[in-house]
Amino acid sequence: MAGRRKFGAVGVACPLLVTSRDGELLILQPWAIETSGLTKAFGDFCAVKDVTLRVRRGAIHALIGPNGAGKTTLFNLLTRFLPPTAGTIVINGQDVTTLAPAEIARRGVARSFQISSVFPHLTAHENVRVALQRDLKTFYQFWRSDRSLAVLDARADALLESVGITAFAQTRAADLPYGRKRALEIATTLALDPSILLLDEPMAGLGMEDIEKISDLVVSVAQGRTVLMVEHNLRVVARLCSTITVLQRGEILVEGAYDDVSRNPAVIEAYMGQGHA
Amino acid sequence: MASASTAVPSRGASHTARRAALVAAAACVALVAPFLLYPIFLINVLCFALFACAFNLMMGFAGLLSFGHAAFFGGSAYVTAYAAKAWGWPAELSILAGLVTGGGLGVVFGWISIRRQGIYFGMVTMALAQLVYFAALQAKFTGGEDGIQGVPQRSALPMLDLTDNRVMYFYALAVFLAGFAVIYRTVHSPFGHVLRAIRENEGRAISLGYDVPRFKLLAFALSGALSGLAGGLKAIALQIATLTDVEFTMSGEVVLMTLVGGVATLTGPVVGAAVVVAMLTYLAAFGVWVKALQGIIFIACVLAFRRGIVGEIAAMLERSRQT
Repeated sequence: MAGRRKFGAVGVACPLLVTSRDGELLILQPWAIETSGLTKAFGDFCAVKDVTLRVRRGAIHALIGPNGAGKTTLFNLLTRFLPPTAGTIVINGQDVTTLAPAEIARRGVARSFQISSVFPHLTAHENVRVALQRDLKTFYQFWRSDRSLAVLDARADALLESVGITAFAQTRAADLPYGRKRALEIATTLALDPSILLLDEPMAGLGMEDIEKISDLVVSVAQGRTVLMVEHNLRVVARLCSTITVLQRGEILVEGAYDDVSRNPAVIEAYMGQGHA
Repeated sequence: MASASTAVPSRGASHTARRAALVAAAACVALVAPFLLYPIFLINVLCFALFACAFNLMMGFAGLLSFGHAAFFGGSAYVTAYAAKAWGWPAELSILAGLVTGGGLGVVFGWISIRRQGIYFGMVTMALAQLVYFAALQAKFTGGEDGIQGVPQRSALPMLDLTDNRVMYFYALAVFLAGFAVIYRTVHSPFGHVLRAIRENEGRAISLGYDVPRFKLLAFALSGALSGLAGGLKAIALQIATLTDVEFTMSGEVVLMTLVGGVATLTGPVVGAAVVVAMLTYLAAFGVWVKALQGIIFIACVLAFRRGIVGEIAAMLERSRQT
């Protein structure tokens, strides 16, 4: 913990100093995501208030809190789907506070949505391929045949296989069972090869069996990546996440490892009191 | 055509064969039609079919419902008519001027409107089209209530006598096919695939890193340019550009054509245009009642068969294939 605090303090204030002293590049950006004073107000209502959040590179970090705590709003701020009222967002050491959402995505931040988000009338294969298409840089070329996209087919198939839905490659996304839809969503997200994954309630609406599968999937895709996830299923959080941040009414209530957080009286009262205490 | 069978192996050869048969049938109809039907009527159909296809590129394939497409069609008709009549440009160059006008207007409209969603988007396009209408009404070169009449039909190719109605028909057919080919390619291009993704789920497309406004703007420019091509062709082929072309009702008519034929189908707008133009031509004797009939068809389409004529047929074929 002491080491972490040191990185945190130095990392924010003057990251270059650390590099020059230790000569280690790793220390330059120990945080994949850093926000400071992040605030979003809708009129008088403050959905996110002065949030200073740091997500360690390579971690699976959970964001939990009761309904209306501002978790999804925070996600929307991090991906710039919403502009913040105040505060800054630094991703991989770069200030991205004023960038456009598509630009954030191109910087390696991929997000999923609370409600499964696929392209319903495209097949599973096409869903993944349209994400892969970004690499080809031909996406504005309306005069070029779509036969040129065939070079992506092998990669698309490989991604579908990695999430175990090869059999559904030619099925329209709208016709997929819900668990498969979520798997497809993850495959599409992985097509971007992001360094940071933001998952908004990946287990929502899934049955026990699917939760198992998607949990395994999250663990495997987290290899070499940073994952920040909003999740209500605390068993999943306990199993997957190294750090937990609890939000309440738009503010950070407490942060730490699962055991510390779950014993915290404020947390029990605010959140886990609903049947968990 | 071969690409379709390789990309979708499940549909196989029968699909390709059926498609080839359809194309052949359409070619026969297009070749024989001017000898059976009044060529001017057919030319009218071709102009509006191209216009509706261009509109559908935006509504059907990009999910952008514009209420201002008359501005592209009518604005370009004026420019083409003026270029041919006042400057004595040949038909090809005049039509090209129309295309450029449509594309330019498309960029301006798009740039102003694409950041708005849904009904607000529609309202902005409508307001901009009203501005163009007002300009057409007030400007000197448009001829006010009279419009520009007696547009010369002089091709740069001396062997083409465009004043012959049948020659004009095939000329219009060639322009239509060129425009249709551009639309076909656009829909089946890397750009078209991303456009479809944006229509399906805009938020998701953004989160994949696509610069959605730029895709919409390009779609707008293409749709505007092709609508301009249709307007320019109309000005030459029917020798007239008037306020009717640029009026709000024209924007509504093209929505109707697309809906009747089938949104997001390639050939739907062609069928829809044929139906609507036929109605306006052959039921003209009923006067105002044609408008009422149009309204009823519109309502029936929206309520009962939303996929339109071609869309419903395609869905029926799909069902029969599955069972």
